Amino acid sequence: MSGPAIQVERLVFAYPDGRQALFGVDFTVERGERVALLGPNGAGKTTLVLHLNGILGSVAGGTGSGRIQIGGTAVHREHLAAIRRKVGLVFQDPDDQLFMPTVRDDVAFGPANLGLRGSELDDRVHEALVQVGMQDHAGLAPHHLSFGQRRRVAVATVLAMRPEVLVLDEPSSNLDPAARRELADILAGLDVTLLMITHDLPYALQLCERSLLMDGGRIVADGKTRDLLGDADLMAGHRLELPYGFDPLSVPGPERA
Amino acid sequence: MHVPDGFFNASTSVATGLIAAGAVGFSLQRANRELRETGPALAGLTAAFVFAVQMVNFPVGAGTSGHLLGGALAAALVGPWTAVLVMSTVLLVQGLLFADGGLTALGTNITLMGLITVLVGYFLTRALLKVLPRRVGSVVPAATVGALVSVPVAALAFTGLYSIGGAVDIPLGKLATAMVGWHILVGIGEAVITAAVLSAVVATRPDLVYAARHLQQDLVLVDADGNTSTVSPDRPIAAKPAGRSLGVGIAVTLLVAGGLSLFASAHPDGLEFVGAKLGFEGAAKSSAVAGSPLADYGVHGIGNAQVSGALAGIIGVLVTIVVGLAIAKLASLRTNKAS
Amino acid sequence: MSGDGLLVAVDSPVHRVPAQVKLVALFVFVLAVVSTPAAIFWAFGVYAVMLVAAVAVAKVPATVVSRRLAVETPFIVFALLLPFVATGPQVDVLGLHLSQSGVLGAWNVLAKGTLGVIAAILLSATTAPRDLLAGLERLRLPSTLVAILSFMVRYLSVVSDDLHRMRVARESRGYNGGKVGHLKAVAGGVGALFVRSFERGERVHLAMRSRGYTGQMPLLSVSGATRTQWLEGLAISLAAVAIAVAARVVSL
Ligand SMILES: Nc1ncnc2c1ncn2[C@@H]1O[C@H](COP(=O)(O)OP(=O)(O)OP(=O)(O)O)[C@@H](O)[C@H]1O
Ligand SMILES: [Mg+2]
Repeated sequence: MSGPAIQVERLVFAYPDGRQALFGVDFTVERGERVALLGPNGAGKTTLVLHLNGILGSVAGGTGSGRIQIGGTAVHREHLAAIRRKVGLVFQDPDDQLFMPTVRDDVAFGPANLGLRGSELDDRVHEALVQVGMQDHAGLAPHHLSFGQRRRVAVATVLAMRPEVLVLDEPSSNLDPAARRELADILAGLDVTLLMITHDLPYALQLCERSLLMDGGRIVADGKTRDLLGDADLMAGHRLELPYGFDPLSVPGPERA
Repeated sequence: MHVPDGFFNASTSVATGLIAAGAVGFSLQRANRELRETGPALAGLTAAFVFAVQMVNFPVGAGTSGHLLGGALAAALVGPWTAVLVMSTVLLVQGLLFADGGLTALGTNITLMGLITVLVGYFLTRALLKVLPRRVGSVVPAATVGALVSVPVAALAFTGLYSIGGAVDIPLGKLATAMVGWHILVGIGEAVITAAVLSAVVATRPDLVYAARHLQQDLVLVDADGNTSTVSPDRPIAAKPAGRSLGVGIAVTLLVAGGLSLFASAHPDGLEFVGAKLGFEGAAKSSAVAGSPLADYGVHGIGNAQVSGALAGIIGVLVTIVVGLAIAKLASLRTNKAS
Repeated sequence: MSGDGLLVAVDSPVHRVPAQVKLVALFVFVLAVVSTPAAIFWAFGVYAVMLVAAVAVAKVPATVVSRRLAVETPFIVFALLLPFVATGPQVDVLGLHLSQSGVLGAWNVLAKGTLGVIAAILLSATTAPRDLLAGLERLRLPSTLVAILSFMVRYLSVVSDDLHRMRVARESRGYNGGKVGHLKAVAGGVGALFVRSFERGERVHLAMRSRGYTGQMPLLSVSGATRTQWLEGLAISLAAVAIAVAARVVSL
């Protein structure tokens, strides 16, 4: 088992209603890298990451072409179960991800599908909930949690599957500043390859040394997060804006930590 | 129309329970493939949607209101078999969690509101799609008529069941007329909402409309080098050609409507005493009945009740179909001109 | 509105009965009530006393029961009409011509319907939705149906909230059309709601598949019921069956 953590080549995809979302995407992420995926609304970011574990795209019977490899394994019908074990996907809206009656049932859903049962399953669930600090809420119904708590449980549902690659879709959206920082602490402490979609540019700078910039269904820039955020023309050309008073050249990022 | 416990006699409840169980079992089998592709979540969300929308009341008249049943709509959106499961789920939750509809009447409720509305709505929709222009948008007028007709047919079926297993003899002609008349009005509300929902879906996600899947156009795909190619749409389930004609669609409707209603008229009890001498006319003027649907739609001059009563339902449904067809034709003419 | 607002969250012997036992008990009880001849009035009195006792033991407030009884209203109206429209011999009550069979029929619908509704309220007030699902699963309801049910219950509140938000948004923009306008606005909103619900269904399915779902939901873990629990839970229902049999014999 060798090869980069994620390798995407010439990826093209159209949704069933005829709207084409990806127009030839190419990029590679090495093992252990933390990469931010930036880009304006509708750029195709969510569409792209849904391809990484084969839930969209030609393997899922969709309309498209191109090649994806995860840790050297092609995303192909025969390997889907293995691919889904390797790639953990945290969705944009935690309500999409938390569908079981209780938090415990929900975190157990993935590992149970992997074949875990009994005390092994319970241990795995507990461990994942401890990682996100939600072990005291295991018996609650997901819709009785606050938004930030739900986001954390959503991360736990994926961590319980012990993925090699963790993919998060806008993890900091709708979180209050404290919840946002707590989530950053959790993510920074994980030993996985990380691909994170975000509109929160300081968050990208804080957590990810490298960034991909996507627009119009293509990768339009790939480089150090600090360099991308510092390139005013590139930013303006793709509807990206830094928060008022934020200077990417003067704050510490992961490379200095 | 949620029938409570004890409304129909035990044998009717058992019989409809068996029908419902058979229908659910059959639907489980038929929907198995689509459910494997689209997942139970989608059916569950559709059920939650139907449940939520049933709580939205619309004015019907005489100061009362009706609400969507949703069978025909669900059938057009997710297909008849999944729709039967969706409607059964809604009714089970209403019965178990909200005590709306009796547990022993669950079979009756599923038969009336989960099975008849879905099948009548769906088959009429498919039949109409055969005569309307071949595009996804045609599903709107087609399903609108399906929805309009499905409600009075279910009301007629209710009357039919009442004639078989109702606890009390009441003049069935009047019950049929009142039920169908009233539910044609409810059906209009049902049709309006169905039309609006389907227009919204056709405008934003036409690929979601099950009844029109076979009408989808091919996709144009631009590859990494900018080359264009045409591919057939990503269809999780190949839509089966219906192979049914308009005649079959209407026949299904009339079979349910006419069959039950004829059964009602053939039933000896309840019809023998029909007539003015039983004081229905007088009662209709009394305060307890005034303002009720029965008062508004009670037939007068019922000397010939055996015939007129039994036929009232069929005529009502037929008129609804004819009017509906006319509306559908007009609507499609207009959208043809517009596009 | 969501399913779990219905649970009266206290601890009582009724709450502790396993859900599958309660489901069977409810069904048997209602079946007994329904098959009791309407004219055997004392039987319904006994049913009512047993049911009230169970509600009291379950610590379900009477106000909760009476509020939820409102679902019965349409059929109360229907029942009240029966004495006026039914056929058969007439009686005069307070100057009104009423049909004898109609009066009995009204009583029949009201008594049986009300007992059934109260029994069902007792179930939903003492059983968490998750336990109810687990109970249905234990009772061998097809797993596909249990799955659809569980998603429905989970997302009821989400969909209802969406609906509510859309209404607030409409009204806060000063919307006040006439009746027809109202219907149109509601209908348009409902269309958008369906697309939202359906797309959420798609996303949930994607989320499930990305966590290894291949078509089989994991079983909800619940413990089985013991023989004693079955006997205790079914006590009232079995008594009801005995009464129903007795009532049948009496009325012969
Ligand atoms: N289920 C769908 N069916 C049809 N078109 C879709 C669907 N989901 C997304 N699209 C379209 O695909 C394009 C890319 O959408 P995508 O969700 O990938 O964007 P995104 O970069 O994640 O945007 P955002 O930052 O707003 O989340 C958009 O034009 C969108 O309208
Ligand atoms: Mg997105």
